[in-house]
Amino acid sequence: MTAVPDIEFRAVTKRYGAVTAVSGIDLAIPPSAFVALLGPSGCGKTTCLRMIGGFEQPSEGQVLIRGRDMAGTPPYRRPVNMVFQQYALFPHLDVEENISYGLRQARPRLSSREISQRAGEALSMVQLAGYGRRKIHELSGGQQQRVALARALVNKPAVLLLDEPLAALDKKLRTDMQIELQNLQREIGITFVLVTHDQEEALSMSDFVCVMNGGRVVQLGQPSEIYDEPADLFVADFVGKTNLLSGTVAGLSGDLVDVALADGTVIAARKRVPLSRGEAVSVSLRPESLSLSAPGGGSLKGIVRNRIFLGSTAEYAIEVQGIGSLLAKADHVIGQGNLFQPGEPVAIGFAAGAPLAFPHANNNGTNQREDQNAEILS
Amino acid sequence: MPAGSQPAFPMRRSLFRKNLVTALLLAPAALWLVVFLVLPFVAIAIFSVGERAPEGGYQAALTFAQYANLPARATAFWNTMVLAPVGALACLLVAYPVAYYLALRAPDRWRLILLALIVIPFWTSLLMRTYAWMYILGGRGIPALLAYVGIEDLRLINTPGAVLLGIVYGYLPLMILPIYVSLERLDRRLLEASADLGATPVSTFLGVTLRLSLPGVMTGFSLVMILLLGEYLIPTLLGGGKVFFIGNALVDLFLQSRNWPFGSAIAITLVLVSVVVLIVANRISTRLSGARRVDLI
Ligand SMILES: Nc1ncnc2c1ncn2[C@@H]1O[C@H](COP(=O)(O)OP(=O)(O)OP(=O)(O)O)[C@@H](O)[C@H]1O
Ligand SMILES: [Mg+2]
Repeated sequence: MTAVPDIEFRAVTKRYGAVTAVSGIDLAIPPSAFVALLGPSGCGKTTCLRMIGGFEQPSEGQVLIRGRDMAGTPPYRRPVNMVFQQYALFPHLDVEENISYGLRQARPRLSSREISQRAGEALSMVQLAGYGRRKIHELSGGQQQRVALARALVNKPAVLLLDEPLAALDKKLRTDMQIELQNLQREIGITFVLVTHDQEEALSMSDFVCVMNGGRVVQLGQPSEIYDEPADLFVADFVGKTNLLSGTVAGLSGDLVDVALADGTVIAARKRVPLSRGEAVSVSLRPESLSLSAPGGGSLKGIVRNRIFLGSTAEYAIEVQGIGSLLAKADHVIGQGNLFQPGEPVAIGFAAGAPLAFPHANNNGTNQREDQNAEILS
Repeated sequence: MPAGSQPAFPMRRSLFRKNLVTALLLAPAALWLVVFLVLPFVAIAIFSVGERAPEGGYQAALTFAQYANLPARATAFWNTMVLAPVGALACLLVAYPVAYYLALRAPDRWRLILLALIVIPFWTSLLMRTYAWMYILGGRGIPALLAYVGIEDLRLINTPGAVLLGIVYGYLPLMILPIYVSLERLDRRLLEASADLGATPVSTFLGVTLRLSLPGVMTGFSLVMILLLGEYLIPTLLGGGKVFFIGNALVDLFLQSRNWPFGSAIAITLVLVSVVVLIVANRISTRLSGARRVDLI
């Protein structure tokens, strides 16, 4: 990452009156990457994107595009283009006129031959060749999405900004577009910054995920890094499903801590930040890191309360005395499948290194994800 | 689907009921239109091919002499045909910036107040307001003030300029409101998208804002223009005898010289001109706003 970042935030804060939408963000988005801005509703994702696009000015700090400070540069002079959430296509122009809109603004002017040639290429790039003369309202949602994409990309921006571009599409179309977007990004090689609050979408599509919460960036990393090594409790909880078990630090041994859970069981967990003896912690245990076996072995004992068979995997809600409900996910191998039945007692084990301990003040002694897990399985 | 007469019957019945409800809902308006618009129109149409009775009024006949005589009022037609579009245009030039400011620039909490301020003068009769202008422009108004600073002998009242001013003043709200509505409805993200694609504020205004507000402009323009074609009050009060409109000609023919057939012929011609204006305006805005149909007024 020695190259100049495509996008850089330096201590950027954005306030709307009394509301602080973004507070003190430092961020460098590496070149030619597919980056997802991920976070819950209201965490400031759109605000960040709009500051890159130039539609909002930071209250403090600097936004740089390819090393150039963008303060005072209006949107029409920035080398980025945006795909708007509801597409914002011009209703009075047809598909081709929409796509060539940006090319017509170029100074010095482009020849009309070049404009129509490039618009034609953009149309075929999004597989809409032959749709040039259609009116916008004669297109389906997915087609409008592609027009919006072509209209932005035809200008060869340094960075493409996408604000929840797939939110309005149905599931099947969304999956198709996710793959298409990834392919496009690899083909063109420019940076895509995609805003989403769908963690699956962020993990599956991007090279880097930037997790935001409450106007701050909590973690920037590759999807597997975010999932396996969440920086804090929020990330662990927000990205993917997890069980959160409350406990207190009973002992320290190098990189590991011994955590006494509510039922007295002591498990070894990895830590991300220094912890001290007696400190209240939450231990994150991913459902797929739990292994179930017949009673006898394992670290925890429980009773199967519910089961969802999903074909390649099965999800179990397991009641553990003194801890609460845990969600476990087990691979299912054809022929070997002896699924546990509801009501059956099981032993729960996990690989060493799977539990991750985070400082947590709110220690109520049970699995804090219990409600959510119960919901999933009810 | 199993065949049978069962499903057809209730469907027809509900269709009938729907039609009945529609008919009942439309009845008052239809009645109103027939009594106050269609019947008078038919009467005027019949008058227009008749003759003037010796003592004035109408006498049955079938002749196009009245229409052949239209050139006798050529000046009134000319004045109207020039001042109506020019007046509507002047109105438009004043109204657009106001509507633009109201819809896109005014702070939210001021918007309603400002809109109210534009509409409130409507609550006073146009006659009163035009009288006020008569005094403002008349000998004891602005010219008297200017005389103090040494500008003598300025004539404002009874000029085409005074009529134009009266027109802009009187019809401004009718122009502002439809333009305001079309600008208010404009999706702001289109403006951002335009800027994002490299358009300067001026090209965004011309290519998106103005373009998408044109249906409102056409509505306001044709509304004001049609009302101006029949305008009578403003030319009388502010134009004196000099700026003679068709409206004034009609009053004269019906009430003074009691030449009803000739007046009717002029009225019918005026209606036809209005219809042509409407059709042309509708065509233009339909084309401008894409394929979708646009309803004027
Ligand atoms: N124009 C504005 N005026 C006042 N507050 C605003 C404005 N725009 C955003 N905010 C506030 O700033 C915060 C961040 O908003 P933002 O739109 O960036 O969130 P987001 O992460 O995009 O959320 P979502 O996923 O719901 O789109 C929110 O609390 C929001 O209410
Ligand atoms: Mg948003």
